Amino acid sequence: MQQNHALLRVEDLVLYFRTTQGAVQAVDGVTFDLGYREAVVIVGESGCGKTSLAKAILRLLPRNVDAYSGHVYLDGTDVMSLGDEEFRRQVRWVKMSLVPQAAMNSLNPVLKVGDQVAEPMMVHSAVKKDKALTQARTMFQRVGVPVDFLNRYAFELSGGMRQRVAIAMALTTVPDLVILDEPTSALDVLTQANIFNLLKRIKQDLEISFILITHDIATSSELADRVAVMYAGQIVEVSDAYRFFTEPLHPYSQKLMASVPRLRGDQEPEFITGQPPSLIDLPPGCRFAPRCPSRFEQCKEDPPMVEAHRHQVKCWLYA
Amino acid sequence: MTRLQRVFRDLARYPSAIVGLVIIAGLLIVAVYAVISIPYSEAIRLWRGGDEVVRENPRNARPVWANLFSRAELPRTIVLSSRDGSAEKSTEVLPGAKDVTITFTFDFPYDDFPQEIIVFFTAQYAARQPHVEMAWLTPDGRSIRVGDISPRWSDAFRFALDTRLVRRLGGQVPQVALFANPDPPPARGGQEGVPVPLKGTYQLQVSGLVFEEEGDVDAQLVVYGQVHGLGGTDHRRRDLMVALLWGTPVALAFGLLAALGSTVTTMVIAAIGVWFGGAVDATIQRITEVNLILPVLPILIMVGTLYSRSIWIILGLVILLSIFGSSIKTFRAIFLQVKESPYIEAAQAYGAGNWRVILHYLVPRIVPLLVPQLVVLVPTFVFLEASLAVLGLGDPVLPTWGKVINDANSQGALFNRYYYWVLEPAALLMLTGLGFTMVGFALDRIFNPRLRDL
Repeated sequence: MQQNHALLRVEDLVLYFRTTQGAVQAVDGVTFDLGYREAVVIVGESGCGKTSLAKAILRLLPRNVDAYSGHVYLDGTDVMSLGDEEFRRQVRWVKMSLVPQAAMNSLNPVLKVGDQVAEPMMVHSAVKKDKALTQARTMFQRVGVPVDFLNRYAFELSGGMRQRVAIAMALTTVPDLVILDEPTSALDVLTQANIFNLLKRIKQDLEISFILITHDIATSSELADRVAVMYAGQIVEVSDAYRFFTEPLHPYSQKLMASVPRLRGDQEPEFITGQPPSLIDLPPGCRFAPRCPSRFEQCKEDPPMVEAHRHQVKCWLYA
Repeated sequence: MTRLQRVFRDLARYPSAIVGLVIIAGLLIVAVYAVISIPYSEAIRLWRGGDEVVRENPRNARPVWANLFSRAELPRTIVLSSRDGSAEKSTEVLPGAKDVTITFTFDFPYDDFPQEIIVFFTAQYAARQPHVEMAWLTPDGRSIRVGDISPRWSDAFRFALDTRLVRRLGGQVPQVALFANPDPPPARGGQEGVPVPLKGTYQLQVSGLVFEEEGDVDAQLVVYGQVHGLGGTDHRRRDLMVALLWGTPVALAFGLLAALGSTVTTMVIAAIGVWFGGAVDATIQRITEVNLILPVLPILIMVGTLYSRSIWIILGLVILLSIFGSSIKTFRAIFLQVKESPYIEAAQAYGAGNWRVILHYLVPRIVPLLVPQLVVLVPTFVFLEASLAVLGLGDPVLPTWGKVINDANSQGALFNRYYYWVLEPAALLMLTGLGFTMVGFALDRIFNPRLRDL
């Protein structure tokens, strides 16, 4: 799967947080890559480090960072080596943008949404305000927000509309890569479907790559080209979307797939026994082992990432 | 605009706010009127005083409306001049000389005696001064010789200082003796022996000889009353109205500028500290803590005494000292909370720089809290300026309310029963405080919903 011309290549990315109880290993040696015009879905339970991964890629770090290392190659250049100011000017919103989690709360309550959408353009391309607003207007049309909403404040908009505004904001500067952090988690099913249709259309029209972070496997299948499964700060399986949904390899992926209710068929949704491990106090060896139905002796050691059935999977079963 | 309208609509629900707004509007109108009707240089000139500006004003005269509170009607100042035709002047040419007669005729309907009588002369001559004699005609037909004088170019005859006149009047001060009723009606309440003024038409006849053909003499009679204008006058004959009117724009400008200057900078500094954190925050906090224990008033007094008492220097100093004030701590507490909002992180994500985050994202969240505080702060600074003036550190040239109080204090106004002198500026100061405080409290309730049910 290794491509020489990947848009984004993340290598051994590590992000630990410092807390009074110890280091939280939120992102622990994540490696994956993403091609042009490709959408990768990162799935996993709550608290497995998905959002931290997004923040680590965009270098949006809180103050209590304990460790932050690895490589993020964007278009072949290692952006991890850039200074903070260079990173802000050259990467954020120019190459990568983010639709943050709880996008509904991520709009400035004292700015009109039109101005807010225009802001990234004014910051990055030194565009005059009226021109930026014109651009914002076309973006609003693209994401299906009525243009007269430009002059409204965030609290005057419904949740779906706010989500669309947040997406419009991520798209204004037409970056190569948009990271969507649970873009639909607070929305009803119908709105979710609308947003995903919108994202699919944008992906085709603007030729943008997506990283979609979600715990909702069912809806993510709409957009995914590839799927990466995250568990306890690590990526345990990466595979082509079609193959993943038909034949997941990692026991965790299998359990995850089995927990999704099916429209046709008598299969009862299953659940995964036990709790996801604390990221402060991780089990030795395979992190899924304590909950794994097919664990064996070797699972006491850390499994390597292996290629099996054209999946990449981190499990002793395939090693 | 709509938001502003909404604020005003909300304000209208609080009667106290309406009263406050009316007071503030009144003060603003007075301030604008003062600046327009008395230009700055004119105000300075009037307040500096001096003979040519204030010589027709009585000393320590009460305001005209003091008559409303006293049973006796106090006399106003009567000014008559042969120059502007308010006195009769006739000239008779004699061989080698001119006979000039000036007759001042005036009505005196008041119940008390005037304060002082002065005749100002202006004479034109080359070598020999003219010579004039003055006679006083009372309504009951008596004629009293006042005296004679050979006026220089500009001269004054002060009745009370002319010892011969005083002797001639039996030791009584002229302004009483000349107006007293020789046989007063039986006094009510047994005040026997107290002179009572005789009402009616008086005349002062000035007859003079000018010994040169080109020469001339003119005279102006000023019978100083006990009341003057709407504000009264002070010990230097200055019209207090000038200070009361001009004190308004000065006080409002000082209060607004100081309040605005200090709160806005304080807010921005607090935001900077919170946003950058670490050493920046620590430095700002330590500076604030040190500044909080610095005594403001002694520093102001020191600068006023040793350096400059200019109101602008003091204003700058006040702002400087209050920048690192206690409100930095309040703002910091709020900013710390706002900083963690998701939309701040979102702004960072799209590449907003530090200053954009501070000015577009942090600061606007505080503005609703800032507005009421700012309005309430205005009178604090107005009072501070007045306090400094009372301590003798007022601006040396500008007329301000505080300086009026300072003068009144140093002249013992209250012991001398010149209550108006203290009460007028004090009332204006209190009115200012009341107006801004009423509006400020109402704004606080509007912007701070937690207070609304109280």
